[in-house]
Amino acid sequence: MPTSKSHTDKKNIPGGQNRLVLGSVGVINPESIDEYIAAKGYDALKKALSAMKPAQVIAEVKTSELRGRGGAGFPTAIKWAGAANEKGDVKYVICNADEGEPGTFKDRAIMEGDPHKLIEGMALAGYATGASKGYIYVRGEYTLSIARLAKAAADARAKGFLGANIQGSGFNFDLEVLRGAGAYICGEESALIESIEGKRGEPRLKPPYPVQKGLWQKPTVVNNVETLANIPAIVLNGGEWYRAIGVEGSRGTKVFCLMGDLNWKGVVEIPFGAPLSKIIKEMGGGVKKDRKLKGVILGGVSGSLLTAKELDTPVDFKSLALIESGPGSGAIIALDETRSIVDVVDNIAHFFMHESCGRCTPCRAGNEQIVRLIGKIRKGEGSHADLKKLEELGWNMYQTSFCPLGQTAPNILLQSLRKYRGEWEACLAGKKEKCAC
Amino acid sequence: MKKNTVIEDLHRTQETEKSKTYLESVKMQDVARECGVPAAQVYGVATFYTMFSTKPRGKHIIRICCNLACHLEGADSIVDALKGKLGVEMGGTSKDGEFTLEQSSCLGLCAEAPAMMIDGQTYGSLTPESVGKILDTVRKGA
Amino acid sequence: MFHVKINNKSHEVPKGTTILQACRHAGIKIPTLCYLEGVHAEGSCGVCVVEVKGSRTLQRSCITAVAEGMEIQTNTEAVRKARKINTELLLANHPTDCLVCDKNEYCTLRQLSSDLGIKNVSFERTHAERADKDETSPSLVRDPEKCILCRRCIAVCAEKQSVSAIGMTGRGAASAVSTFGDMGLGNAECANCGQCILVCPTGALMEKSEIDGVWKAINDPKKTVVVQTAPAVRVAIGEDFGLEPGTAWTGKMVAALRRLGFDKVFDTDFTADLTIMEEGTELITRLKTGGTLPMITSCSPGWIKFAEHFFPGVLAHLSTCKSPQQMFGAVAKTYYAEKLGVDPRDMVVVSIMPCVAKKFEARRPEMNGAFHYWQKKMGLKDSESFQDVDFVLSTREAAKMIKEAGLDFPALPNEEFDQPLGMSTGAAVIFGATGGVMEAALRTAYEVVTGKALASLDFKAVRGMDGIKTAEVDLAGTKLKVAVAHTLSNARKLLEEIRDGKSPYHFIEVMTCEGGCIGGGGQPFTTNLETRKKRASAIYKEDAGLPLRKSHDNPVVQTLYKEFLEKPLGEKSHHLLHTHYTKRGVHPGDVAHEKKEHKAHAHTH
Repeated sequence: MPTSKSHTDKKNIPGGQNRLVLGSVGVINPESIDEYIAAKGYDALKKALSAMKPAQVIAEVKTSELRGRGGAGFPTAIKWAGAANEKGDVKYVICNADEGEPGTFKDRAIMEGDPHKLIEGMALAGYATGASKGYIYVRGEYTLSIARLAKAAADARAKGFLGANIQGSGFNFDLEVLRGAGAYICGEESALIESIEGKRGEPRLKPPYPVQKGLWQKPTVVNNVETLANIPAIVLNGGEWYRAIGVEGSRGTKVFCLMGDLNWKGVVEIPFGAPLSKIIKEMGGGVKKDRKLKGVILGGVSGSLLTAKELDTPVDFKSLALIESGPGSGAIIALDETRSIVDVVDNIAHFFMHESCGRCTPCRAGNEQIVRLIGKIRKGEGSHADLKKLEELGWNMYQTSFCPLGQTAPNILLQSLRKYRGEWEACLAGKKEKCAC
Repeated sequence: MKKNTVIEDLHRTQETEKSKTYLESVKMQDVARECGVPAAQVYGVATFYTMFSTKPRGKHIIRICCNLACHLEGADSIVDALKGKLGVEMGGTSKDGEFTLEQSSCLGLCAEAPAMMIDGQTYGSLTPESVGKILDTVRKGA
Repeated sequence: MFHVKINNKSHEVPKGTTILQACRHAGIKIPTLCYLEGVHAEGSCGVCVVEVKGSRTLQRSCITAVAEGMEIQTNTEAVRKARKINTELLLANHPTDCLVCDKNEYCTLRQLSSDLGIKNVSFERTHAERADKDETSPSLVRDPEKCILCRRCIAVCAEKQSVSAIGMTGRGAASAVSTFGDMGLGNAECANCGQCILVCPTGALMEKSEIDGVWKAINDPKKTVVVQTAPAVRVAIGEDFGLEPGTAWTGKMVAALRRLGFDKVFDTDFTADLTIMEEGTELITRLKTGGTLPMITSCSPGWIKFAEHFFPGVLAHLSTCKSPQQMFGAVAKTYYAEKLGVDPRDMVVVSIMPCVAKKFEARRPEMNGAFHYWQKKMGLKDSESFQDVDFVLSTREAAKMIKEAGLDFPALPNEEFDQPLGMSTGAAVIFGATGGVMEAALRTAYEVVTGKALASLDFKAVRGMDGIKTAEVDLAGTKLKVAVAHTLSNARKLLEEIRDGKSPYHFIEVMTCEGGCIGGGGQPFTTNLETRKKRASAIYKEDAGLPLRKSHDNPVVQTLYKEFLEKPLGEKSHHLLHTHYTKRGVHPGDVAHEKKEHKAHAHTH
């Protein structure tokens, strides 16, 4: 059945959330700027333009300790200050809305459900960093997001929240909604910039970083949708207010996407620090069919694979780092006891083979070899030497890939070879009958 | 010379060509000329992004997701159903020229997996039975 | 200066240095594959990785700048392992028929595998099908099977030549180097310069070989096979036999060619002198009669095709002179064939060129002046047309034939060219280096216009490796402004000035390849900036040591005019030594586009 509005539906939303970012999603009409304004929309922008200097906006964001929500968790204020301190009149703010991490649809929920919040966040980022032009780069498949953002931008422009001399403040800022064309790699910020420049989405050499030389070689801030959607509340309520939410090192809330073998699927927003087991039980309603949980993929297929035993770890940057994990994109994919880990890893390997840009050897050829080796193993023709080869390939991709795509592609493969060794071994020659895949 | 807007130009070219859902050589050359970039570079872009095609396709493009969330919910059976109904392999176009079946990376419809897109419309919670009805509806232009 | 430690030893290196440069400076070898100094540093292959203390992952030495206090390890287990894996990943889909590969001993990948101690390839082939060779071009062959996607060819085509006939296509496992629409080099805006061949680390790019055809002609007793050698060949061919560049091996080259069985060993230098007579006269005429200026030289066929594609509007600026190769073919199959009493159809003209664009040039349909000369006299039908030049061999191909014949090149005696078409002056020899044609033309133009002898024949301002060189020469009161460009990206700059009506020059020399023909795409694989410089110095040494150094002093050229051509730009010259050009546009669509625009224009009037 057609789905277009389904995940902004209000029904069945789990309780116990703190919806800072998603507060209006499913509540207001996303195509009505008046409803957004009625819900204190654009108040933060008005406040900043009338009562705050750009440096003060950055200072509030710094106080809030907001970290990027795209996956890497880089402190937003450092990025902004970096761009603000660069010389030159022309700077850009780019919203990375190329949400492509399998299992992730939080940005989609924001863009479809509350597009003005993102636009307000963009304008604030522009004001703080000294940029007068912004781009929202939305993946091409998100047709509804693109339409709603385009309408929201036009409405905001008509009401004087975008364009020249915003709200009579003398600050100029406008933005364009750009479409991607189907490439996961464009979620990497420098590849995204290449794509906006009309090129193949291949990552750039860093340094220079985008805040130094980004779009058209100008200082550029690239922020994720969820990151920017947090900004209006921080500016309106103050950094201290935001910092009180969450735990040390991971302040504020995080939007998670629940799916897989759970009774409830969708987006939820809760403060950092809750254990995964609690999220799964209380938000996801537990495992479907009362089965046992085998493991969880956290942060998408470039994220990490956690065993049932690891699920009491609090979900925050610090605690997860101790078990080589992280919140990543916020995807939580639950795998019940009947799932085959080898099958899951095989699916992921095919994804990366398809999405590698092809520029560097370790990623381009490494992913191909991983797919081939897993195929061989699943046919029951594998050996222990093949498992060793997989480990070596994964190690080499992490060590020598040019960009984060290649470096993180083998994450789950390598963790599965450690944590679920038995399943791999059951798949090898002579034992294939014991294999569940 | 205007700013390089190759990707947006290719999008527009591909969708404004009536009944053509692909990029003809001569159209790509026009984009190269207008953007002031080498033709080989435009071709490199057109073949990099999956939403573009340099080969003729059907009237409607089916993008079926096979990534993990959809895979766990039985995307393979949906793919088989589509292949069977259309009589094509992945990447192929049905004999009547109506549909081209393409594999897509995650469409962000994981909560309604398995899912697919036909042209700009998304479809979720698919079953091998429901896809047939969807194809009929799209074919009728509803 | 930064203080760094490499393998626990302290070094001082300048700011902005890459780890690779710092290590090379410290005498530490780091294997590289995609990196090519001055051409390409993109870090795609992943072979040059090193350990840097404090870094999460291994770092690519070719693109990572050193920082103060950096501690670098170039020889750890992790480094060796990663280098091997990345090389083996490439080898998994690379053919292993090295023994019969054209690139064989010059293959960087082969050398790298050996250096890294790769004994067997741990990974199996993943590409199901063998990719087809691109044989659409008369100059180059691309074998995607051997391509390791290092992108050096793309870089040289885009950066040095500003052509971009090739680029990356597809994505991930389907990535490939290809032309627009995969239509092949023969259908692209490729200039045929062959610089991509020189930078390719494997055998993926090679010249289209004509060796078999040449052997067949030599073995055919009915045929009179004459060979001509371009000036740049003699200062490079020895490198294919392990000799050090910096010397002209003219005598040994002639001896070798004679032993291969060519009936006559002649010199393209002869027609280089002839070119100066025609082109110099053309310049003087254009200056006197208000003709199109600046006039641009036309002996470099890559440049000609480039202009036809990218600057169809400025073709009137090109000298109408054919290149020395084509003048030779036309003279050999008319004047010389007549003199010898040989049926021109039984004469085979073979060129040995530092160039692969010459292969394309020889096949241009208009390059059949000798046929038109004979057509009426012999009553030939149009279908019996023959080209002025039949085969073009690169320097590399000539060296291969010499090896095939079992000749010990370094041990050969020095022999002289055959006459009459082996006579030449120093002005012709310097055609091989950037600025040489200009200098040769100035020597003659000065003396013809002023009637005075030059005090010094050396125009040093137009020599050397600067991308664009300019000079001003006083020609009896007229200040002649000249410019010299090598590589097409430099030529593009001068062309844009002309297109925009801002060119201050009267006369421009353009050479397609870096350094001129001595750095041509048909030269030995030892070609790099150093060898280019050494070959140039050998050329200027050769010129300085010759008794005749001005083209108009060439006695055989004088005889040729007396007995046959009558005068420069005369009727026979017009038919045999001059040509016309084709507006090509950048791609097939362009010409149609231009026509459409014209039509649209016509309607509005």
